[in-house]
Amino acid sequence: MSGVVIIGAGHAGSQLAVSLRAEGYAGAVTLVDAADVLPYHKPPLSKTFLKDPAAQPQPLRAASAYEAAGVTRIAARVDAIDTAARRVMLGGRALDGQALAYDDLVLATGARNRMLPELAGAENVHSLRDLADAEGLRAALGGADRITVIGGGFIGLESAAALAAMGKAVTVLEAAPRVLARVAAAETSARVQAALADLGVTVRTGYMAQGYRRDGARVTAVTGADADIACDLILVGIGAQADTALARAAGIACHQGILTDGHLRSSAPHVWAIGDVAETPHWQAGAAPLRVESVQNATDQARHLARHLAGQDVDAFRTVPWFWSDIGPLKLQIAGLALHADRQVVRADGARLAVFHLAGERLVSVETLNSPADHMIARQLLDAGLTPPETAMQDGAAALKAWLAQA
Amino acid sequence: MPLITFVEPDGTRREVSAHPGESLMVAATRADVAGIIAECGGSAMCATCHCYLVEGTLPEAEALEAETIEFVAQNTRATSRLTCQIAVTEAMAGLVLQVAPR
Repeated sequence: MSGVVIIGAGHAGSQLAVSLRAEGYAGAVTLVDAADVLPYHKPPLSKTFLKDPAAQPQPLRAASAYEAAGVTRIAARVDAIDTAARRVMLGGRALDGQALAYDDLVLATGARNRMLPELAGAENVHSLRDLADAEGLRAALGGADRITVIGGGFIGLESAAALAAMGKAVTVLEAAPRVLARVAAAETSARVQAALADLGVTVRTGYMAQGYRRDGARVTAVTGADADIACDLILVGIGAQADTALARAAGIACHQGILTDGHLRSSAPHVWAIGDVAETPHWQAGAAPLRVESVQNATDQARHLARHLAGQDVDAFRTVPWFWSDIGPLKLQIAGLALHADRQVVRADGARLAVFHLAGERLVSVETLNSPADHMIARQLLDAGLTPPETAMQDGAAALKAWLAQA
Repeated sequence: MPLITFVEPDGTRREVSAHPGESLMVAATRADVAGIIAECGGSAMCATCHCYLVEGTLPEAEALEAETIEFVAQNTRATSRLTCQIAVTEAMAGLVLQVAPR
């Protein structure tokens, strides 16, 4: 039956499957994923899902949406890609050794969490990316009062806030001098750390773990130069790396992720990559290849590729990236990439914060806390390539909106 | 379980059985109501669950919802709501919402 075969049913793969039909693609669409579950939203897994033992995963769309779009969903592992014969080899249970032919193959294999090698395999060490991780973590919480989160990034901090709200004694260990050091301004980090402290979370920055104390298969403490942190459970949140194994084995060019051109085309004919796994020339990085891990990037790349595969004439992929993180009472929203920023304009207004990142005279990114108005305006400004005067940035979202209206 | 009516963009009326406590968006997504994309999953980031209140009453929008509507959603009206920010209650039985065009 050929058509489009999509490997990976996360935000990107699921969106592509239904968008292909919506954009007029007439061939077969097959969505393959190792997990036999209706594709679901990942962000709630580090928040509401952890807190409620009865919570179910939140489907991205109803099963009937795939049926209506004529999408065939297959629960199977993919063991290999044969780019010359244009087919993939399936594995696992009944499908072992079966081949699936394609006209076009889309790799939406996502990313895998990094793990500290010393902690791999310990029975009370968890990480959090997919539903199985979240179910495993949630099931282990009953017997865990003291929880150590290693890594002060989005997933670690969101989880820390959720776990503290459940009454756990949570300690976050971060090697850098502040949390979110790679993704946010110092003012933002300071407010996030203060909010976590209000929730009862202990945040230790500049903490270099030197070793781990063990009791059988369990880790009972993290040992450091100035303090040992005893724990019942460890959650490791130290970032992710693209899941490029299948692509590399098939000889497809990869670096941090699967390298693509501006149309998400890989180095192999009729093979494409979207979402967390794709490393694509980015307009905010001077067209350098970049891997962007976000829901927005995943779904927008999916929609872009759907139009392209449906035969529409489309320009190279270009969207304003946006991200969010709900950390306890704080809503952190980021529009644009601050890669080359050399200057910040900061507006602090009660519980709200807006940080405008400029590269030279050009606005490149805006991060906000609890200020959705600024975030929404920022997306429009960046999309239009406009940099408002500093006075408007200082005056507030209403001033920015007024300036945009006349720009 | 209260029954909520969603009017899809083409005018089709869909009666959806909602569970108290879940958001109106989740109920609509489960029933595959056309036009409810809910891309961000309920974080008030994308405004793709934007509806107009046609019949019934709802608690007033909080700041996050009101600002997001004011600054992002297209085709806003005085009755605009983000259905991901509204938790279903039994009192919402009979509510009618129209999916906003994008």
